[in-house]
Formats: sequence, C-alpha cells, structure tokens
Amino acid sequence: MAITEALCDEMRQLAALYPQSRSALLPMLHLVQSAEGEVSIDGINACAEVLGITSAEVTAVSTFYTMYKRKQVGKHHIGVCINTLCGLLGGDAVYAALSERLGVGHDQPSADGEFWLERIECQAACTHAPVMTVDWEFMDDVTPATAVDIVDRLARGEVVESTRGPIIRDFAATAHTLAFPNDGLADQGSSVDDKMLAGLMIAKERGMSAPSAPAPAAPTSQTEG
Amino acid sequence: MTLTPVITEHWDAPDLYTLEGYRRFGGYGALASALKQDPDSIIQVVKDSGLRGRGGAGFPTGMKWGFVPQNDGKPHYLVVNADESEPGACKDIPIMMANPHALVEGVIIASYAIRASHAFIYIRGEVPNALRKVANAVEQARAAGFVGSNILGTDFSLEIVVHAGAGAYICGEETALLDSLEGYRGQPRLKPPFPAVAGLYASPTVINNVETIANIPYIIERGAAWLRQFGTEKSPGFKVFAVSGHVKRPGIYEAPLGITMRELLDYAGGMRDGRTLKFWIPGGSSVPMLVEEHLDLPLTYEDMAGAGTMLGTGTPMVFDETVSVVKAVTRWLEFYKHESCGKCTPCREGTYWITGMLEKFEHGHGSVEEVDKIVHVCTQIAGRSFCALGDAAATPYPAALKYFRDEFLAATHTSADEQFDPVASYLFAGAAR
Ligand SMILES: Cc1cc2nc3c(=O)[nH]c(=O)nc-3n(C[C@H](O)[C@H](O)[C@H](O)COP(=O)(O)O)c2cc1C
Ligand code: SF4
Ligand code: FES
Repeated sequence: MAITEALCDEMRQLAALYPQSRSALLPMLHLVQSAEGEVSIDGINACAEVLGITSAEVTAVSTFYTMYKRKQVGKHHIGVCINTLCGLLGGDAVYAALSERLGVGHDQPSADGEFWLERIECQAACTHAPVMTVDWEFMDDVTPATAVDIVDRLARGEVVESTRGPIIRDFAATAHTLAFPNDGLADQGSSVDDKMLAGLMIAKERGMSAPSAPAPAAPTSQTEG
Repeated sequence: MTLTPVITEHWDAPDLYTLEGYRRFGGYGALASALKQDPDSIIQVVKDSGLRGRGGAGFPTGMKWGFVPQNDGKPHYLVVNADESEPGACKDIPIMMANPHALVEGVIIASYAIRASHAFIYIRGEVPNALRKVANAVEQARAAGFVGSNILGTDFSLEIVVHAGAGAYICGEETALLDSLEGYRGQPRLKPPFPAVAGLYASPTVINNVETIANIPYIIERGAAWLRQFGTEKSPGFKVFAVSGHVKRPGIYEAPLGITMRELLDYAGGMRDGRTLKFWIPGGSSVPMLVEEHLDLPLTYEDMAGAGTMLGTGTPMVFDETVSVVKAVTRWLEFYKHESCGKCTPCREGTYWITGMLEKFEHGHGSVEEVDKIVHVCTQIAGRSFCALGDAAATPYPAALKYFRDEFLAATHTSADEQFDPVASYLFAGAAR
C-alpha cells in the first residue's frame, strides 16, 4: 500500500468540491485509510501537501476523530454498540462474545490482522438494538450467537449482507465510500425494514392518514364538499 | 391520537429512495412551485407554519432563516446537520435511507429561500449507507436539473456537497460542526456571533436538522395552515418518533406532536411480556428521564418543559424494571466523558470526576456522601460549560436520583449486576452463545 499519484488526484478532486479546500480534510483522511489501512505518516504528509498546510495541522485533526486509526485496521472493522440502550439490552454480551471469538479487546486488531474490534457509541439505530456494524454497515438485532456467526462467515470469505445496506466489502472499500459516497451501491440490499415501517403498517391497517390536501382557508366555514 | 405518516408515508414503496419513486408520489412538485415564488415568501410560509427545529432545541425554523442578512454581498450557506449521534436518537438516519429525496428537495428549497448557492449535508461517518443514499439522491436530482446551474430554467443555481464526518458526537453541536466542516478539530465556537451572521467561512449560514429540512417540501406543497392542523399552538406539526427499548414493537411511528407516550407505547405493542415500565426518556440521553406518572403528558416542547424535561429529538427510549438505573446512568456518563471535546474545564474535568464516582457505584463501592457529591459536581458543570454538551452530561444523574435514590444508596454496598441480573434485560433469551 502506498500513496500513489492517483490517490493524490482523488485528494485534489475532493479539495475542489469546497469553496475552501481545507474543508476536504476529513474525506481526504478517509481516503488515506482506504489506501493505507490506517492514517499513515505518508498519508498525513500527502494531505498536508495537497492542502498547503503543515503535517502537524493534519495530525492534530486526525487525532481528534475516533474513526481515524493509527494502526492497521485489517480487513474488517467490527463495531458493537455498547451505549446504554444497546449495551444493557444485550450489546454487552455481544461484545463479550466477539472479544472472546477474536481474542482481542476494545480498539484492537486481531492477531491475524483480519479483524478490528471496537466498542462503538450509539449508531442511530437504537430501534434495532443490539446493533453491530461490519465495516460500518448495519448488522441489526444481533445476539451473541449471530454476531459470532457473522464473524465466522467473514473469516471463511463467505458473502455476508448488511441488514440495511449492501453486501459487506471490506474496511478499505467503506473508507473509500466515506470520501466518495457515490459508490454505485445505493440500489444494493434494502434499507427499509419492518421496524422502520412499524407505524406506517399500523396506520394502513387502521385506515389512519394525515390529510394531504391544504387545510380549508377559513376555519369558520362549515360547508362540507 | 391517530398516526399521521407524512415523511414516512411511502416508505413501503421499495423504490422511494430513487428519483422515479419519489416523483411518483409528487416529489419535486414543491420545488417547482417554490421557485415561482419570492424567496422571502417561502421564509414567510415556514414562519407561518410554526415549524420548530427537530435537532433537539426546537428553535423556530422560519425565524432562524429570517436572521440571515440579505443583500450583504456575502455568500450564504445551508448546512444540514446529519450527525445524529445523540444516544437514543434514531430518526434522521432512517429518513435519509428511506426518503433521501425529501431531504434533498428540502435542501434546494431552503437554499433558495435563504439565497444560498452552496449547501452541505454533514453526515456522521459511521453510517455509510445513509451517506450513499443521500449522495445518490443528489446525483439523481442533478441529472434531472434540480441541482446545478439555472435550476428549472430560473437564475437560481445550487451546489450540494455530501460530506462525511469521522466519529465525534460533539460535531452535532452546530458550531463544532462548522469547524469540522472547515477541516479542523470539531470544537464549539463562541456565540455570538451566531452562524446566521458568521457561520461557515465566516459567512451567513443556516444549520438545520435532517427532519426539519425534510418537512419543508410538504409544508411548501400543502401550506402553513395544513401543518398547523397537527400538534399544538406552540408545537405545530408532526414528528417522526422512534421508539426503542423494552417494547414489543420498537420502530418508527410518525404522529402529531401532542400524542402521549402512553399512546405511542400502545402503538409499539406495549412493554414486552410480563414486564412493567421503569423509566423512559422522551428524546435522547441529554434530556431528563421520566416515569410512569408522565405517560399521559402530551409530547410537545411545552409540555415536556413543564414536566422538567425536554422533547429533545423525540425518540423515546423505554426501559423496564429489569434495568439498573445506576448502570444506565454510568454508561451515559462514560459516553459524555468520551465525547467531551476538552475545550472547557467544567465539562472536561467534571465528566471524568462524575464517571469515576459512578463507576464505583456500579461496582457496589459508592459512598453515601458521594450520592450528593455527584449532584454538586453536576451543578458545577451545568450552565458553566462552553456548550450544551456540558449541560447534557450534568442531566442524567440528578434526574435519575429524583426517582431512584434508593438504588444509588444500595449501590454503596451491592453492585448493579447483583441488584439486577443483566441477563434479564437482554432482548434475547439468556446469554445464549
Ligand atoms: C452535543 C450536541 C450534539 C448535537 N447533535 C445534533 C445532531 O446530531 N443533529 C442535530 O440536528 N442537532 C444536534 N444538536 C443541536 C444543534 O446544535 C442545532 O441546534 C441543530 O442542528 C439545529 O437544527 P434545527 O433548528 O433544525 O433543530 C446537537 C447539540 C449539541 C450540544
Ligand atoms: S462543554 Fe464539553 S464539549 Fe462543550 S466545549 Fe466544553 S469541553 Fe467541549
Ligand atoms: S444505543 Fe445502540 S444504536 Fe443507539
């Protein structure tokens, strides 16, 4: 892995999207992770050069954000939400099972370099607790057994689908999506599930709806059409 | 009160996320009519509708837009806050995955109203699937001539950039978000000046929540009076409620503001079998918890304030009697400690101090003296911190103590796990491996 000229071109492409180029720094650091598997020194220097700022400035930014890693993440990033709702409703047990399966603790790579395990905070999916992520794609409603099974299938190279999203690729591919979100996968997999439709289904069953027409202008008018 | 699907109305259409799907239900009709009106009249409709921001604070949206100085010769910016990371909040990400075009259409209309030619959608980095859905929608809108130069043959032009964050809850705070979007560490700025005057690149900027902006096309299409049919005088409209926790059917329920938690709980199938409600939180861990006696209060900004809490993000978390409140609060404080940006002393030091004490309680080693000492530290953080994250961090403990003092006292000798078998609150049977 290396910082190629093609990658620097992509960085310049990002910088050009913004009225002020420095705004592209976060996406550029995602790009560095997609090529290097971590925020490497070479990557930091490349960002600094493209943006015309110092490496120290880039480093200061990269150390603020938890998604940027300073060690090789490996093939797959595994997150388990341990914030109160997920954690207490089973995420703690899911994390414990995965930690045992992978032989690592929080924010660490597995010995074979295939997985990175992280206790993550609320993933904006609490309705789907306990929530796990693989390369930041949703794995909703997991149990310790299904979570370990997901890791086993990934380890065997099998096809694993996100519960609300596309087929799992790898950490590097997701990192690239974070820089260039139009990755052509918007049509893959369904992003809407029963829980997202819970209220709508009840409304349909019971004939409930919001009036779709504009409200009558004068509330005093009693005329019915 | 009945459910009123509006933003969620067509979520069961498998292609709603596409341009064709969205247009089949009248999508981008509001944009066409908006571009025929004067921008100021769009702001007036939003003011008249009484729409309040859905990001947590409930600030009137039309008023916020009205603060942007006009004819000042500076570029204006619209920034959508799609950083949804508040523990318990889970409605913006679903909106972006299911109905991204409602957001994009809202962005175009709002930009036109505030005379912005550049809009940014700042989406938290941990949710690539929301990011790609929105980016895809923007590209489709561009191909259809709704984004870019001379939109629909008018002289209005707009660029929309979909931007990923990189993991920092504080970047949801609007000024920290701006710093982050400018490529810096995401730390809050001093206010004033407010973003409406000096925001992104020191230019006038409106920052709105995803759900706020997703409301706009419907309001423009159906009118301010239509929105005011829902909700109350002070809290007009409808809300995408997301109910999570120990209920039979956790999920998204869109209803008028003013529905009660008892009604929402009923739609969500009630508590899981054989269990009763212990406590609930109306909208994110940053607002005080409530209990059974509050179930019949209308979920509005004013009624929640009256009960000493806030509507917040309108995403109720529901916990049954198997849950240790000591453990719940400790976990939230660990979150705030982790997410404190470190800029100001009360929050940076206070969250460490409180969390340290709470962790002792969780393990059954708290002291009676510390039960009140934590309250004292909280009062030193609240109102004395640089941004609202500090206030939020000082919220869960005093609220919990109000209802569950005995449990904290018991935690001076008995650990949370001994008081409450953790396995009992899992959503799956036992710790099945
Ligand atoms: C720590 C912190 C985190 C926040 N996170 C979010 C967020 O993720 N999304 C959001 O819309 N507002 C968030 N807010 C509120 C924003 O600062 C701001 O009030 C909001 O985006 C304004 O949009 P609205 O007027 O449409 O509600 C947060 C505030 C604080 C203090
Ligand atoms: S209150 Fe906390 S998050 Fe806000 S500025 Fe101070 S240290 Fe940072
Ligand atoms: S607490 Fe886990 S997704 Fe919100």
